[in-house]
Amino acid sequence: MNTGINLSAWMTGIIVGLALTATLAAEPPPQEQAKQLMSDPLKGNCLACHKVAGGVFPGNIGPALQNIRQLFPDRAALYAQIYDPTVINPLTVMPPFGRHGILTEKEINLIVDYLITL
Amino acid sequence: MRKTILLLLTFWIAPTVFASPAEDLAQFQGLFHNAFPNIPNAEFANGAYALDQEGRENWKAIEEFPPYDPNVDNGKKIFEKPFANGKSLADCFPNRGIGIRQTFPRFDAASGQVQTMEVVINQCRTENNEKPYEELSKGNIADVVAYLAFTSRGKPMAVTIPDDPRALAAYEKGKHFFYTKRGQLNFACADCHVNNAGKKIRSETLSPALGHGVGFPTYRSAWGFLGTLHHRYRGCNEQVRAKPFAYQSEEYRDLEYFEAYMNTGIPVSGPSARK
Ligand code: HEC
Ligand code: HEC
Repeated sequence: MNTGINLSAWMTGIIVGLALTATLAAEPPPQEQAKQLMSDPLKGNCLACHKVAGGVFPGNIGPALQNIRQLFPDRAALYAQIYDPTVINPLTVMPPFGRHGILTEKEINLIVDYLITL
Repeated sequence: MRKTILLLLTFWIAPTVFASPAEDLAQFQGLFHNAFPNIPNAEFANGAYALDQEGRENWKAIEEFPPYDPNVDNGKKIFEKPFANGKSLADCFPNRGIGIRQTFPRFDAASGQVQTMEVVINQCRTENNEKPYEELSKGNIADVVAYLAFTSRGKPMAVTIPDDPRALAAYEKGKHFFYTKRGQLNFACADCHVNNAGKKIRSETLSPALGHGVGFPTYRSAWGFLGTLHHRYRGCNEQVRAKPFAYQSEEYRDLEYFEAYMNTGIPVSGPSARK
């Protein structure tokens, strides 16, 4: 009887362990995650409009994303530009990624961390 | 509060809100003529290919063996075939349907609504005890419109807004739809097809709104079939994650009315092929 309980606890342990390993293994470094978010049509899709170093088939609706640290010495301003660009320019075509829930705050932060290295 | 401000701004970018349709028309076409001074007016009948030289070569090659030829043949057959009561679709159109595409959509005083060719076709069938077409994205109804467009190729668009408050209201609704940002991605039609016409969104060149619809129905390789204008409208709404409206809904008929009126003078080019 006891064995039964122990066995199921043991199994759970294995499964949780496996799942953890899988997530750890599946989680690429932050820079890669950011690049992925920026090219994924269902996520940032920044490449639809911006040229970004290393990105293929970029659109040309927005300015190339370069020298970002000089343009945005203030990290919060860069975050705000992505969270809701309509605050600065109500007529912009850049989507309000944070306000409309297209990207989570965590995802925007990943992108910001990556952009300031450009 | 923020919502009100945004709404106001959306109204504000529309070419002068209280302008007459004729004033809107001059301003709208003027924008494109200023932005693309070297493109003759008739070229706007070719959508993105008026501006995208690279895509244009491929398109020309496709148009040499038009993928929509079988649709035009089928449309002609259906159009001429008598109903069980002996009448036919031709009886429901001015000039028996030939060379009149440029006058559609039209305002119908009896119903007080905008009528597209698709609406007239289905109404004609119902009135003559035939079943209306249920498939409104493609198929027989698209083929009939393709045939009617084919007989009108080269004729300059000449949609009118009669002196009737309901016609003007329909036009204003279509115009408002065109300039309103919608969807999770927050885009108006004008954001892509006026402000960024000719630019690339990823690898697709954005067509100018001037000329929108004169090439429809269109055989799009991405669809793999000849589709109606409202199928395109739905696709454009969906890609910004906005709720698409029903085929032949009042919203899309009014939108088509506005776009068609803005095309005044642009020649009919439909049916057409697209990437
Ligand atoms: C549909 C087009 C579009 C998309 C998609 C888009 N942007 Fe933009 N972006 C613009 C435009 C246009 C501007 C120019 C400023 C304006 O319109 O207010 C801009 C400006 C910016 C700026 C300011 C750059 C400068 O030089 O001032 C940054 C940073 C930026 N975008 C980042 C992003 C990121 C990151 C994403 C994706 C998560 C993204 N954008 C997606 C159109 C877009
Ligand atoms: C996010 C960008 C975007 C928005 C917003 C958008 N479209 Fe489009 N539209 C496209 C793209 C991309 C195509 C395919 C390339 C082309 O022909 O422009 C297209 C094609 C079209 C075409 C076909 C043009 C042709 O010659 O075949 C029509 C008509 C059209 N759109 C109308 C609209 C209308 C009306 C709205 C608003 C309800 C709208 N679009 C909103 C991106 C957009």
